[in-house]
Amino acid sequence: MDGAEMSIYARMKGAEPLLSVRNLSKFYGSRIGCADVSFDLYPGEVLGIVGESGSGKSTLLSCLAGHQTPDEGRIAFDGRDMIAMAEPERRRLARSEQAFVHQSPRDGLRMGVSAGGNIGERLMAVGARNYGAIRETALDWLGRVEIDGARIDDRPSAFSGGMQQRLQIARNLVTAPRLVFMDEPTGGLDVSVQARLLDLLRGLVRDLGLSVVLVTHDLAVVRLLAHRLMVMKSGHVVEQGLTDQVLDDPQHGYTQLLVSSVLQV
Amino acid sequence: MTSQTSLRETESYNFAYLDEQTKRMLRRAILKALAVPGYQVPFASREMPMPYGWGTGGVQVSAACLTPEDRLKVIDQGADDTTNAVSIRKFFQRTAGVEVTEATTGATLIQTRHRIPETPLTEDQILVYQVPIPEPLRFLEPRETETRRMHALEEYGLMHVKLYEDIARHGEITNSYAWPVMAEGRYVMTPSPIPKFDNPKLSDNPAVQLFGAGREARIHALPPYTKVVSLDFEDHPFVASKADHACDICGSHESYLDEVITDDQGGRMFVCSDTDFCGTRSAALAAERG
Amino acid sequence: MITLKDVSKTFTLHNQGDGQSGAVIPVMAGVSLSVAPGECVALTGRSGAGKSTLMRMIHGNYLAASGEILVGGLDVAKASPREILALRREVLGYVSQFLRVVPRVATLDVVAEPLLTLGIPATEARARAATLLARLNLPERLWSLSPTTFSGGEQQRVNIARGFIHPYPAMLLDEPTASLDAANREVVLSLILEARARGAAILGIFHDEDARARVCDRLLDVTGFTPGLAA
Repeated sequence: MDGAEMSIYARMKGAEPLLSVRNLSKFYGSRIGCADVSFDLYPGEVLGIVGESGSGKSTLLSCLAGHQTPDEGRIAFDGRDMIAMAEPERRRLARSEQAFVHQSPRDGLRMGVSAGGNIGERLMAVGARNYGAIRETALDWLGRVEIDGARIDDRPSAFSGGMQQRLQIARNLVTAPRLVFMDEPTGGLDVSVQARLLDLLRGLVRDLGLSVVLVTHDLAVVRLLAHRLMVMKSGHVVEQGLTDQVLDDPQHGYTQLLVSSVLQV
Repeated sequence: MTSQTSLRETESYNFAYLDEQTKRMLRRAILKALAVPGYQVPFASREMPMPYGWGTGGVQVSAACLTPEDRLKVIDQGADDTTNAVSIRKFFQRTAGVEVTEATTGATLIQTRHRIPETPLTEDQILVYQVPIPEPLRFLEPRETETRRMHALEEYGLMHVKLYEDIARHGEITNSYAWPVMAEGRYVMTPSPIPKFDNPKLSDNPAVQLFGAGREARIHALPPYTKVVSLDFEDHPFVASKADHACDICGSHESYLDEVITDDQGGRMFVCSDTDFCGTRSAALAAERG
Repeated sequence: MITLKDVSKTFTLHNQGDGQSGAVIPVMAGVSLSVAPGECVALTGRSGAGKSTLMRMIHGNYLAASGEILVGGLDVAKASPREILALRREVLGYVSQFLRVVPRVATLDVVAEPLLTLGIPATEARARAATLLARLNLPERLWSLSPTTFSGGEQQRVNIARGFIHPYPAMLLDEPTASLDAANREVVLSLILEARARGAAILGIFHDEDARARVCDRLLDVTGFTPGLAA
């Protein structure tokens, strides 16, 4: 084999995971939220987490994002222990190097603040103090998420659902985070709007080298967005692997059931 | 001032109305506030014999600071002769028996609503502000739990979002009063609704500055010579502005002016809001002219 | 470049078997083959013999039950998802029979995407996509439309363009000429011959016997690897 092909794996061997999770568990009393979850996420990778309601995927996501404290296990972000980390530092990370895209834009946007102000908030939170520069960046991001720059001073309440979701993405990505958590980002949108958002997300992931943890119950969405897939059931990861491999050659009975239950159009 | 009747009234109240335990509690809060400039210290605010919004926070702070030797000045919007100022002054005359004055230079403790006197203060003076809403983030984030967390973690991005929105909507930051400031590079605080013209006087001031909010039960403070910076953007800097006029009474170009409507034909005049400053200056000018 | 050693494949249908273990269906066993750089090998055997299954295993889409699948030095049967993704990005091209893309994305961008993931600037990637689409006679007025609405032949050419836009050292071709007219079939065959000439190792399924004869160095019957058919 020639050296060119060999070198790509050598390059990968040296890379460190951006997010490293080991034996993560969260219990609600005697009920299992998620149990014994382990995985590594590398820069530029999109990890999809699927499972039905109550499978623990949302619990896992909120533990990863620091919204809940897990009962057991370790989470390392870029080598830093996220569970032992002091709250100020964790929140600083959450608004600079990490981001969270909520299913409902209402949870992720300030509805009473203009689109520009929404995008600018994270910049100002990390110290931007030049109005002109903040506005320029906001305009640039509106363009990147395909919102007319003329709407910069409009409030999100005047936007359509798809525009609100794209604004939420712009607001989150403006500080160039390295890791983005997404909770059903395309849920609740019309199918046509969903397709456009998927394309936008794919482009942003590719161009910015984002790592993403994506929770959804939509297998079509993970097929198009996620490189890797984790299937959860009753709080446990029952199967994980390459997205198309898990969907096309599922090994676990539950995954087979999940895949075969999708309605064909 | 120490007539027979007022002495008797003074003896029937504890000194400065509040009981000693309450004043001790207040002094603890004040000391803590001074130790952490700009931080809002909760305190057990008492019912005072006046309605909320009439300066109950300032009155409690003043009561905790007053000594029998103090000379008290009370101003409301810079004036010594408005209802609010007169009532509070009378209240302490009756309950503490302290001397009162209208001269800024002669006072050891000045309680104020919405102004900082024009005459520079000294290290021997305490300035007590009446504060309606001590939380500068309140209108952006209604949850007290969340605003406290934001202060604790210095998450002040939201404060600038408010200023950003002003510029985006109106072309400039529209606060003409209660312009938020950063105390000693750490806590964002409200200077109470003083005009932004007064903001520069907050910084590096030799006097002790105490802020009391009665209804909200919070005290915050600026020890002498604290660095206080008005929040702004590099390209939309803070400017301490006032009406572009001279005082129609004393002719000062430097003092903050009130616009007074004089008739129904649109007649108006601009006069100093600081009555002591204006009166002192007018008297000096009259003396010069002979 | 592509080497398989004693590879087998089973499907376990958990929800259809009787009892706990489900139904285990062996589909391939004892597969050993090798494709050298600059060589084009056609898989043959009747329908259902496992040609597509074998291709999918090499692509990492199906998990092998046992054996080694070496592509460019990587054992796909044991590689991590991350390594397989890198393999697909840089080493192993794949032209499938099916088009799976984000709806409403322009054809030109669909074809350019493999280059974008390699970090090639968008303008250059689009220019190369345009050249290839033009060569495949896809009318320019279709380039800005999503291929999801295209006819079978048009979609096939989009798939071929995606597979040939980067000079992959190894390629898998699943019926690349199936629904093409004569002129476009010629274009595809010349693309395959060019790839072979530059040293790509190519493994393909061609039902078109004439095409097979023109581009392939040898044939490999998979019937012998299929349990139940071999005997």
